[in-house]
Amino acid sequence: MKLIFEKHKEGRRGFTQAKPDVPETKGLDGKYMRKSAPRLASVSELDVIRHYSGLSRLNYSVDTNFYPLGSCTMKYNPKFTERIASLEGFTDVHPLLPQLSGGGMLAQGSLEVLYEAERLLSEITGMSAFTMQPLAGAHGELTGAMLIAAYHKANGARRKYVIVPDSSHGTNPASAAIAGYEVIVIKTGPDGYMDLEEYKKKLNKDVAAVMLTCPDTLGLFNPRIKEIADMAHGVGALMYYDGANLNAMLGKCRPGDIGFDVIHINLHKTFATPHGGGGPGSGPVGVGEKLIEFLPISRVIRRSDGTFALDYHCHKTIGYIAPFYGNFGVILKAYAYMLCLGREGLVEAAEAAVLGANYCRARLKAYYDLPFDKICMHECVFSASRQAKHGVHAIDIAKYLIDKGFHPPTVYFPMIVKEALMIEPTETESKETLDEFIEVMIEIARLAEENPSLVTQAPIHMPVKRLDETKAAREPNLRFR
Amino acid sequence: MSYIPHTKDDVKAMLKAIGVSRVEDLFKDIPAALRPKSFNIPPGKSESEVTEHLKKLASKNATGLINFVGAGFYDHFIPAAVDAIVSRSEFYTAYTPYQPECSQGWLQAIYEYQTVICELTGLDVSNASLYDGGTALYEAAMMAVRFTGRKKIIVDSGVNLIYRTMLYSYTSNLSIEFLETPVVHGQSSREELLKHVDDKTAAVILQNPNFFGSVDDYSDIVEKVHKNGALAIASVYPVSLGLLKSPGEMGFDIATGEGQSLGIPLSFGGPYLGFMAAKKELVRQMPGRIVGATVDKDGRRGFVLTLQTREQHIRREKATSNICSNEALCALRAAVFVSLLGAEGLKELAERNYQKAEFAKSELLRISGVEVKRSSPTFNEFTVLLPRQANEVVYRMIDKGFACGFPLGRFYKGMDNYLLVAVTEKRTKEDIRKFADCLEAVL
Amino acid sequence: MNIPKDLFYTKDHEWARLEGKKAYVGITDYAQGALGDITFAGLPKNGDAVKQSDLCATVESVKAASDVYAPLSGRVVSLNEKLAAHPELVNKSPYEEGYFFVMDVSDESEKTKLMDAASYGKYLEGIAK
Repeated sequence: MKLIFEKHKEGRRGFTQAKPDVPETKGLDGKYMRKSAPRLASVSELDVIRHYSGLSRLNYSVDTNFYPLGSCTMKYNPKFTERIASLEGFTDVHPLLPQLSGGGMLAQGSLEVLYEAERLLSEITGMSAFTMQPLAGAHGELTGAMLIAAYHKANGARRKYVIVPDSSHGTNPASAAIAGYEVIVIKTGPDGYMDLEEYKKKLNKDVAAVMLTCPDTLGLFNPRIKEIADMAHGVGALMYYDGANLNAMLGKCRPGDIGFDVIHINLHKTFATPHGGGGPGSGPVGVGEKLIEFLPISRVIRRSDGTFALDYHCHKTIGYIAPFYGNFGVILKAYAYMLCLGREGLVEAAEAAVLGANYCRARLKAYYDLPFDKICMHECVFSASRQAKHGVHAIDIAKYLIDKGFHPPTVYFPMIVKEALMIEPTETESKETLDEFIEVMIEIARLAEENPSLVTQAPIHMPVKRLDETKAAREPNLRFR
Repeated sequence: MSYIPHTKDDVKAMLKAIGVSRVEDLFKDIPAALRPKSFNIPPGKSESEVTEHLKKLASKNATGLINFVGAGFYDHFIPAAVDAIVSRSEFYTAYTPYQPECSQGWLQAIYEYQTVICELTGLDVSNASLYDGGTALYEAAMMAVRFTGRKKIIVDSGVNLIYRTMLYSYTSNLSIEFLETPVVHGQSSREELLKHVDDKTAAVILQNPNFFGSVDDYSDIVEKVHKNGALAIASVYPVSLGLLKSPGEMGFDIATGEGQSLGIPLSFGGPYLGFMAAKKELVRQMPGRIVGATVDKDGRRGFVLTLQTREQHIRREKATSNICSNEALCALRAAVFVSLLGAEGLKELAERNYQKAEFAKSELLRISGVEVKRSSPTFNEFTVLLPRQANEVVYRMIDKGFACGFPLGRFYKGMDNYLLVAVTEKRTKEDIRKFADCLEAVL
Repeated sequence: MNIPKDLFYTKDHEWARLEGKKAYVGITDYAQGALGDITFAGLPKNGDAVKQSDLCATVESVKAASDVYAPLSGRVVSLNEKLAAHPELVNKSPYEEGYFFVMDVSDESEKTKLMDAASYGKYLEGIAK
């Protein structure tokens, strides 16, 4: 498709301002003015609508395609939450209103949403309190690492290391490093769990925290997780829970009960807010009792008269990590979703998510290598090693799935599995959809042996064939000129 | 309410295929001792019940006030076409375009967004967006630290205090030295600032218009910063760039800012849009996703995520940033907004904001006891000195139906009588006149 | 696999070609093959002092980034400027046109810690197993 800039026609306009109603005054001094106008498209409103509608149709999305992208929990996003988030009573509130003197009552509705969402998340995860401010999962991780640093500092220790398993999300070591920690990586043992012997060896009084995903990125729940937590606590380290995979845990197990001290949740995963083509997400961070005093400011509190207020009295706070109270619009949708599902709905979601993943696992394991062959939680990780011997790699399988109308699973992650295919079907996909996907996966396994080139040349039915990523990286063309 | 499609027969068939008899068997790896101590969540409700409940909460927010509060976050009009596009679920229910062949729509939209940001800022390269203006500024500071190998950063105190505070929170465990230099008569003090720039300086951070609304041309500062081998970082307000000298034109190396004013609702603080553009030699230090144009096997133009080796999913603890998701849907809003307006429309929007603010200034000046400092030019926001505490005035104006501005005493010592007033294109002549009348009445 | 006789090799797949006091440094044929299409070589600064086995450069393909370690100690005296525009030279000619930089070697005896072509060849056979 043409770029919007290639549809430019001088003199065309897509929006008209109201006529000026104030007397014109002398303009700004020329030295403050830009010399060259930005080269933007001049197009009509219909041009804009047709252009972007056209672009939208080139995407696979949850609403149009099965999207079993592992680790991302691409479940259905209920439509009523969109309508709620677009109510003017929510969209038109300036974030500084409650900070004005006398403004305390101007945003009671929004403050109540934040307060109640925090209460629900605390109960769901077994944590004592949450900050709703982190703007994404990785932002939550960074906030968590900062909380951990503040906690140790308050206890007179400046610990140096954060432990992560080699199966962790890349954000874990990156967040720890950016917060000022050195990263110790523990390998995964043959059973698919973090190697306990190596962990014991590396754990010492200089370790600030152990960051874990649970269930882990192989989709497995480590039955010895409590032991890991107890050992960390034994040397004074804190336990950090990466909530990317919380969907499997709803009502089944709570990070707080295991002994995690700090956790983040990806509202856009577990709580069904749309992923927006890459964001906005929201990554609230929950803490146990001993870390509450370090939480970012402000905090939303409920006064004895039932009204809500912002509290800044927190002298050990790590400070501001976001301009205001978090991605409010996203939190609002997640809150509506939690109210709607309620206790039984949340448990059913976890159960159906795990059921779907195990169904895919059971039906595909005769065709694909399963490096850790046991019951999984919300996702299962296969390896395309068997197909790779015939020249059909995970990337080829992904491309063939695209041709068949499916968004591929996550490929090549976790890095510890060669040719990884990480399938997370989620609870909202029907058995029929799963069956169709499974049939195509079986067909690919057959083609890999009989006619691999049919797979390796895919996709052929999409608007573009495989793209030259090497060229893109060698000769970066990052904007239209 | 539930969104699970399985019938009892489906569940039975799936369990059979798995080889277990009950769903609970799938959770056997979770030891009994680790089962929830409580799970005290209210029972589920219907869509209509939840909608009614939240409508009630929405009505508890005051949205009828005539708004003159800005402070970095502005009440601009959003054309309906923006909402129409971002409501297309082919956009909003997709995720990061990892698989380019089935994500060309998103990839092209982001490539176009990157182009828009480069054009507005006058710089070479842009990323696919960051969380907000504050985190974008922090990322820019870290880029400068990595690029120069230096650890001292000079921050002009005209930079939004919220952003400065975020900057200090994020770096509190890193040995980075921050120096704040004063604003005098609304503008950055050249003398004070340049005195601190030396061969240890990684970057100087400035904001335009600054927090007090003052417009400046920082070209002279940037030139001297460069002589010391440091980088110059600008935090800017994109609507103002329809009119004002761009960071690129002033020689800045990196520009960041809050993109909320480009078609994104105020929404009580988020989701917003952090944007970032830089000179091309800094591209490998940039955080976040970047989209690039390339060709497919048949030579057709297409788009991919590129330069990914900077990112956490490949480089892990050595990545340029821990950022994973961006604010794509907000970036799309900005791209659609700017496409509707075009360069002419954006200039017109900026002019309207400027003119209305100038009109408001003149109306407020008529009130005895009210001073508007005119020593430095402003864009659409300005500082007013009141004959009494701004806090009190704000309180009384709420009763009259106005959010009349931001009291600077909240952020700056000794400025208790100062009010920061923002006037966007949405405020009519009548709004402004009524505002001045009411202000006179409450003083 | 091309393993020229006159070079010294590290376990991290760097090579050094000694010419008097100077050494050319690059990555081996094996390394470029394992990385795939090279998209970027991040070189040290001219004049940087480097120590044997220290991180001195990076090399990237589309989906991977690798660190390059100095085979010997010394000072970087010139860079292969061509790599900026043509990183593919590392793939096409890893031992000649695709070298990374030239250094002044401060301690020639350090070469005893490196492998010769025969041992590197054996080392690679070990990896293949």
